[in-house]
Amino acid sequence: MQKSLHLDPAKCTGCLQCEMACSYENYGVFNPAKSRIKVFDFHETGRKVPYTCTQCDEAWCLHACPVEAIKVDAATGAKVVLEAVCVGCKVCTVACPFGTINYVQETGKVQKCDLCGDHPACVDACPTGAITYVDANWTGLERMRQWAAKLDTQPQA
Amino acid sequence: MAWQRKILRVNLTKGTCTPEPLNMQWAQDFLGQRGLATKYFVDEVDPKVDPLSPANKLIYATGPLTGTMASTSARYSVITKGPLTGAIACSNSGGYFGAELRFAGWDMIIFEGKSPKPVYLHIENDKAELLPADEVWGKSTWDTEAILKKKHQDPLMRVSSVGRAGEAQVLFAAVVNDLHRAAGRSGVGAVMGSKNLKAVAVRGTKGVGGVKDPAGFMKAAATAKKVLADNAVTGQGLPKFGTQVLMNVINEMGALPTRNHRDVQFEKANRISAEAMHEKRPTDGKANLVTNQACFGCTIACGRISKIDETHFTVVNKPEYWGASGGLEYEAAWALGAATGVGDLEALTYANFVCNEDGIDPISFGATVGAAMELYDLGLIKEADVGFPLTFGSAEVLTKLTEMTCRGEGFGKEIALGSKRLCAKHGRPELSMSVKGQEFPAYDSRGIQGMGLAYATSNRGACHLRGYTVASEVLGIPVKTDPHVTEGKAGLVKAFQDATAVFDSSGLCVFTTFAWTLADLQPQLQAACEGDWSMEKLALVGERIWNLERQFNNAAGFTDKDDSLPKRLTTEPAKTGPAKGLVSGLAKMLPEYYELRGWSKTGVPTKETLARLGLDA
Repeated sequence: MQKSLHLDPAKCTGCLQCEMACSYENYGVFNPAKSRIKVFDFHETGRKVPYTCTQCDEAWCLHACPVEAIKVDAATGAKVVLEAVCVGCKVCTVACPFGTINYVQETGKVQKCDLCGDHPACVDACPTGAITYVDANWTGLERMRQWAAKLDTQPQA
Repeated sequence: MAWQRKILRVNLTKGTCTPEPLNMQWAQDFLGQRGLATKYFVDEVDPKVDPLSPANKLIYATGPLTGTMASTSARYSVITKGPLTGAIACSNSGGYFGAELRFAGWDMIIFEGKSPKPVYLHIENDKAELLPADEVWGKSTWDTEAILKKKHQDPLMRVSSVGRAGEAQVLFAAVVNDLHRAAGRSGVGAVMGSKNLKAVAVRGTKGVGGVKDPAGFMKAAATAKKVLADNAVTGQGLPKFGTQVLMNVINEMGALPTRNHRDVQFEKANRISAEAMHEKRPTDGKANLVTNQACFGCTIACGRISKIDETHFTVVNKPEYWGASGGLEYEAAWALGAATGVGDLEALTYANFVCNEDGIDPISFGATVGAAMELYDLGLIKEADVGFPLTFGSAEVLTKLTEMTCRGEGFGKEIALGSKRLCAKHGRPELSMSVKGQEFPAYDSRGIQGMGLAYATSNRGACHLRGYTVASEVLGIPVKTDPHVTEGKAGLVKAFQDATAVFDSSGLCVFTTFAWTLADLQPQLQAACEGDWSMEKLALVGERIWNLERQFNNAAGFTDKDDSLPKRLTTEPAKTGPAKGLVSGLAKMLPEYYELRGWSKTGVPTKETLARLGLDA
């Protein structure tokens, strides 16, 4: 069973623990500049929104890569960058409609979310449950549950 | 190594930016941020210096845990000699700026001299340069951030700046970062303005790496986060209600200073409380509070984000104030509200926005307005002096004075002096509700006795954040003590002061101490930082920092006479509430405090004390 990262902006406080966890997992350093998940602060409305790769089935980044440096992890469904193969041409960053694959100057390669091999560090770090890792077929389950709770069809006790 | 081991020295007179290695021996003795920057400051600056002269210095300092995965790792401090007080000033801020400075590879920035023309410091990792501030001088902190991000085409840049109040050298001007987080107290923004330094704009992509024991640190940080999450105050109260959770609590115990401390309970407290911020307004059906917000790394998220009612008189035809921005924290709500008698939540929110926009400390500002209102009530300030009557409780007067003070206009220039100078000017110095020139925050020392001693002995003038005995006397953290008695408070104050000095030097937020003690911080420091960071060492470091600050103040000319409270608090009993009939028993606590500190009867650290703390060199 595959899982998906599920992002709930309503629960995000903007603490950036996820960005630090991501950079620490992948580079051993606390550094939001190297994070594959970003939190956006829309201060005019007070909304904070975490955003990262959703692992498209139709993976534009993968198809655009001229050297086949992006592979599908069969177990998780993640589209994974093979650093040893990547030539840093950045064509994938043009192809991705969502901006979630990006170049890293320091390594000369691109990076994107790879679901940390089925144990996403951002999920563990999030203190409010704004980022969860759930059954890929049921990312809407919690929202359905909330609406279901409003359907007060039980007889009054 | 948790320290970046590198500081930036900026000579504003010469226009130079020079990197220096961090003094690692001092880091072992003073940890970071507040303690370490104070050590540098005391070593380099004459205690008698005029705070607004080029000879004063200003230090931006982070702690060794700033920018790490430890909870609340956002903090940086601005250290200087404060123009409001003439004492050591150390104001602490959250937001995102402090962590960004660390990510660029710097522990501290020391500013010295004065620039011949307005400038801002631009830092991109190792590259640091002073640039002309022509396009941002005269602008608010909000506009400054937007203009600099646009100019550098860098939306990820973090900006710390002074607004028009700092430029005008309002004596309680703040340094503001990330739109609504501030190094608020003691006038650190006026010092920055006096140096023609408008802003520090930072982008860091190096990160913080190489903590001593990474696995141990991650485990210690996770354990400590769980303590915060499981605690009723940090896990539930603060995220939901913010620090404003205190408004009704403190009012009910009769310790909410009202109308310049004439009263100790405010009849409209519930209308400016956390609960009121959650209520839907009859006008637009929306609550004042939009959401809570965290600073960098913070798993508490006590910050308030508010929207003002668009039909409220303060913002009619002013759409620039209709968006969400930093809402009322307890201290600001108290100072803008109870201290002035204003019970209009929307007006207080507007005043708070303007305080952030142009950078002033809402505590000293609101308290000074309260003092001006009393002087007006006594006939010492006339309507003709101001242009309108300074009536207690008037939301129109409060918001007008906020604009005038922030922008250096008319009677706002008098408010800008702070209450000590204003009351002295009108012949009633005793009506300034301040210690060492700095106004009290939101706890009356008649109803919370420990706070009287904490205020009187605070090294930066009256302040709740130097020794927050409210935690014990009101909330029972770590143990409940009786707020009405003086017994045992000397020891309590000393313990809080020393522990707080350590938290303020670590890079983490003192609000963690609603749930943590030093024993929760210690494993995180021990895992992150080279050297010994045992509980015994931390206790010594905290006491050492406190005494270093005291030494500076004594050398600056302060004596035991300045460890005092306005006579209103020691002679006029609380009129209502559970503390009715009480005055502050400061005189009973102070001698015991000096003795516990190892100070002489006149408040001077003895030779033995200085030797024990390694401060006798």
